[in-house]
Amino acid sequence: MTSRPNGEPLVRLSGVNKWFGELHVLQDIDLDIARGEVVVVIGPSGSGKSTLCRTINRLEPIEKGEITIDGERLPEEGKQLARLRADVGMVFQSFNLFAHKTILENVTLGPIKVRKQSKADAEKRARELLERVGVTAQADKYPAQLSGGQQQRVAIARALAMDPKVMLFDEPTSALDPEMINEVLDVMTSLAREGMTMVVVTHEMGFARRAANRVVFMDGGRIVETAEPETFFTNPQSPRAQDFLSKILNH
Amino acid sequence: MSFLAENFPLIRDAFLTTLSLAVVSGICALLLGTLLAAMRVSPVPALRGLATFYVELFRNTPLTVVFFFLAFGIVYIDLQFPSRFLTAVAALALYTAAFVCEALRSGINAVPAGQAEAARALGLDFRQSLTTVVLPQAFRTVVPPLGNVWIALAKNTSIAAGFAVADLTALLQRLSNSAADELALVFVAVVAGYLVITLPSAYVISVLERRLAIVR
Repeated sequence: MTSRPNGEPLVRLSGVNKWFGELHVLQDIDLDIARGEVVVVIGPSGSGKSTLCRTINRLEPIEKGEITIDGERLPEEGKQLARLRADVGMVFQSFNLFAHKTILENVTLGPIKVRKQSKADAEKRARELLERVGVTAQADKYPAQLSGGQQQRVAIARALAMDPKVMLFDEPTSALDPEMINEVLDVMTSLAREGMTMVVVTHEMGFARRAANRVVFMDGGRIVETAEPETFFTNPQSPRAQDFLSKILNH
Repeated sequence: MSFLAENFPLIRDAFLTTLSLAVVSGICALLLGTLLAAMRVSPVPALRGLATFYVELFRNTPLTVVFFFLAFGIVYIDLQFPSRFLTAVAALALYTAAFVCEALRSGINAVPAGQAEAARALGLDFRQSLTTVVLPQAFRTVVPPLGNVWIALAKNTSIAAGFAVADLTALLQRLSNSAADELALVFVAVVAGYLVITLPSAYVISVLERRLAIVR
């Protein structure tokens, strides 16, 4: 368990609604995430959990409601939005490393282009981060030459290079072979222990138990239940969560 | 053969005119076409509309008509190009830019959406994510279609001959009148002139294609 969250919420979603055409994918979402808090979002597929995660840096625009990060309302478009996104790290299910850049360039691109760091400074920091996630030896290779687990760890390093206030993980292990899942979860667990604010959409219940401060259970575009991991896994309140857990925890 | 030797300065000048027409208008078309492609994928509806209008206009107008308009039509709005060469460059570049744009746009569409998303998530703005992440990858996949556009352009330069530019095709007209008995040789020389431009480009294109290919 990480240190207790405190102070004003770092991320606040209030009355968030989103539609994909007729489909009401997010319905009246209210969620506060405190500084240093690790929130794991779980739920059946189609419950809106990935969409929720993607609204926090406005990769998905919302139709109604308000999202603030560090007290600042998420801008609609343009430079202000880009500036705010720089403070929100994101790790995707499909890694999305830049295919035409080396691993090192993937990690230095943001700091050089957005933070205007010198190439030397950015590379020094990038090598530290690559060492931290255990892929130093691959620095000069291209993404396609790495395993999925390595690529995802590089993606985490790339996000960390921007010194984000909060990290979003959108099903970071769902595209990985089983034997590579743990190497990614280990990096995430250590980040959580160091006090990084994290929103993690995942099916990894072990990670939720180990690292989360709070579990948010979603179904049908709504937040159905919010609880501490132990409470949630041992004594879920809503019938929907009980049903979901009975299906996934039996094997 | 002595005929060719005698007329060598003429042939050389005509070849250089064709080559510079192709190169100069090719560079202009590449720049303008890239700008148009960026407009066609931009989040601003007005820019998208403008670029679509441009592409449909020039893609569907015969090149000769574009030449006519720039050579004679614009006089009516009190405009004139400083030289016939520049008129030809403008016509070729404006026309070819529409095809460059469409080739590039197909390349942009072939770049997985996640690449642009990752760039935006890092805090790159639209222009930065386009120029540093999307376009470099798009250019690589469009080397073959851009190669086709380039070869078509090299041959389209021949229309300039009809508008008093002394290129290879104009030379063909001129020598076929003055040296009708050597017509076969004249043809060989002119066709060789075009081949010298297009054949090496086909080779360069295939080399570029292999070099720039990205593994996914």
